[in-house]
Amino acid sequence: MNLDALYSCLSSSSCVVTQVSTALIIGMLLFMVASGLSLIFGVLGVINFAHGAFYMAGAYIAFFAYRSSSSFLLAFLAGGLGAGLIGVIFERFVISKVYGKDILMQLLVCYAIILIFDDLVKMIAGPEYRMMGMPDVFALPPLEFAGGFIPAYYVFMIVASLSIGAVLWLAIEKTRLGKIIRALAINPQMVGALGINTTLLYAAVFGVGSALAGIAGALAAPTRTLTPGMGLSILIESFIVTVIGGMGSIVGALIAALLIGFTRAFGAIGFPLFVDGIMFGMMAVVLIVKPSGLLGREMAR
Amino acid sequence: MTKTTSGVSRRRVLKGALAGFAVSGIGMPHIAGAQAKVIKIGLPTILSGRVAILGTSTRFAVQLAFNQINEAGGINGRKFEVVDRDSKGRPDEAAKVTRDLINNDGCDIIIDGEASSGSFAVHEVVRDLGILCLHTCSETSSLTADPKLLSKNVFRCARQGIHDAVAGGSYAAKIAKEKDLKKWATCSPDYAYGRDNTAEFIQYAKEFEPSIEVVDQLWPKLFAPDYTESITKLMQVKPQAVYSALWGGDLVAFIEQSNLYRLFQNTAYFSGGLGDPPILSAIKNLPQGLNTAYRYNRGFPNTAENAAFCDAYTKVAPHEPTNWAWQNYAAAQFIIEAVRRTGGNTDSSALAKEISGMTVKLPYGGAGITMRDSDHTIINYPVAWGKTVNKSPWVVDYVDTEWSKILEVEKQWKKEKGYA
Repeated sequence: MNLDALYSCLSSSSCVVTQVSTALIIGMLLFMVASGLSLIFGVLGVINFAHGAFYMAGAYIAFFAYRSSSSFLLAFLAGGLGAGLIGVIFERFVISKVYGKDILMQLLVCYAIILIFDDLVKMIAGPEYRMMGMPDVFALPPLEFAGGFIPAYYVFMIVASLSIGAVLWLAIEKTRLGKIIRALAINPQMVGALGINTTLLYAAVFGVGSALAGIAGALAAPTRTLTPGMGLSILIESFIVTVIGGMGSIVGALIAALLIGFTRAFGAIGFPLFVDGIMFGMMAVVLIVKPSGLLGREMAR
Repeated sequence: MTKTTSGVSRRRVLKGALAGFAVSGIGMPHIAGAQAKVIKIGLPTILSGRVAILGTSTRFAVQLAFNQINEAGGINGRKFEVVDRDSKGRPDEAAKVTRDLINNDGCDIIIDGEASSGSFAVHEVVRDLGILCLHTCSETSSLTADPKLLSKNVFRCARQGIHDAVAGGSYAAKIAKEKDLKKWATCSPDYAYGRDNTAEFIQYAKEFEPSIEVVDQLWPKLFAPDYTESITKLMQVKPQAVYSALWGGDLVAFIEQSNLYRLFQNTAYFSGGLGDPPILSAIKNLPQGLNTAYRYNRGFPNTAENAAFCDAYTKVAPHEPTNWAWQNYAAAQFIIEAVRRTGGNTDSSALAKEISGMTVKLPYGGAGITMRDSDHTIINYPVAWGKTVNKSPWVVDYVDTEWSKILEVEKQWKKEKGYA
């Protein structure tokens, strides 16, 4: 515990700027993954334990797309769309078979899918790590602001994640389709009785949730090494985010992801050996005080 | 109605067959192996997971060495066969597959291509079964330095932590003195190897240059995907130099993420694990002038033999040799020479007697790498440090540390540890 270092950092504008940007970098990527997880749970009532596999799929698809096209934009789109498409197939042929079943059955199915995805990646991309590298368009010196530094790529990552989050929120809260999806989460029988194809909607929501994880993978690919099984660590943190923010709440996921980001960024200065302890501690407190999470609602179905 | 049977009943045939299996399959596995023409080399290693490159490059090197001798006709007509098994990096699995390789596959010799935790598990199995074994990847000093673990048939053909710490500390002290680098920080993975390796490096760097002061030590998690908070912390602490025991894909991610902040523009960087060619070539924008220990390099030594070894390896592998590749290739040469000296006899004690104190000439090993008789570990292997450049051969300006200096410090270290 080094509280002196923490106070000293908080009184220096350069340190505050750098650490706040660090918090946003960590938080935004987590938000992308956790919002997908939260959306799927909120509408379908399924805890997608295989969500990390879609993050991995997005990263690898982006890697191969970038290698063959040298276009980061194409890689970014391919990562999101590819993971979304895999998500739709997964929903139709696998996860829809266990809707309403025991949670252990859902867990087993998802675990099997994780193992299959990992082995497929090993077969296609090999067991060794892969590195996409920073696209030339972002190979710039870090931006300086009030004495602190923010790399250009991370500025793009933060803006892209926030924009996608805002579009998702607007789509759910302010559009007719969003209204139908919210109704689907509360009373699927009634939505079906109104002549709306609920099967298609379930697949589409699952696809969007998976695409969000794929986008996170594509955003991470230029700075992180890709390995089979890479989805596991981000999945664990995403679960912490969804538990704190509230299962099913996009805004809750954003708040909780930022909370985790700030804890890690400033924890590295003040209490580097107890960052994980604080994160899990926050989760435990939320579970005790408000089990549905900060902005969560009760399970719909 | 009575049923007549012929002279030999079906039940009797089955009993006989079972007895036969029991005798040949369980009772005499080693005899069956020893009498066969082919000499079987068992290779437990890590072929999947985040450090799979350790196992895959190990396997390529072992196969290359034994294919070369097989193509040359073998030894006294006996050829070699490599049987590998994936331990998935789990010590319990490493012990299990090693037993299987010996008892079920009839392997005569074990090349243990496990990381440190798995190597200690394999060590117990081979000590128990008395079979010849060469550990080829574990750098943990105690594996051979601790006399309690010494076994007459077990050797280590891998670099050793204490040797690297002395060589690295000596090199770092020299650079620190030249460039007046007093303020140091460390950033190493938070597990036994990361902490031990860092402590030993800093200990000897400070011993050789007492003005070195460590202002902060960061311990990111092993296999952490993101190092942003460690990097920005380093930017706040503003050390003049950083030592890191990160390795593999973690190190690649750390360098790429540090590049975004231009961390290495004003900070000298020292790494024990950066010198592996697959790591150097995986980093898209490798900064110039980072200091790294030798892991393998096509241009060091700059000889036709070394280039030929590298070319032969890259014909069978998708990348240039790694540190584990040269160590395993060296282990295979120790085994081949020992089998040659025993005239094809694969008795573990006979082979161990030959390997103990043996020196083999290798394309990258100067005057020859010696298997030290007293503690069954190699010495006189390359321990140089160099600086990175952004194109092949990736590392240049290697500076060697005299082995006499390393051995002198090691003697003192053994006394301090109670090993001598």
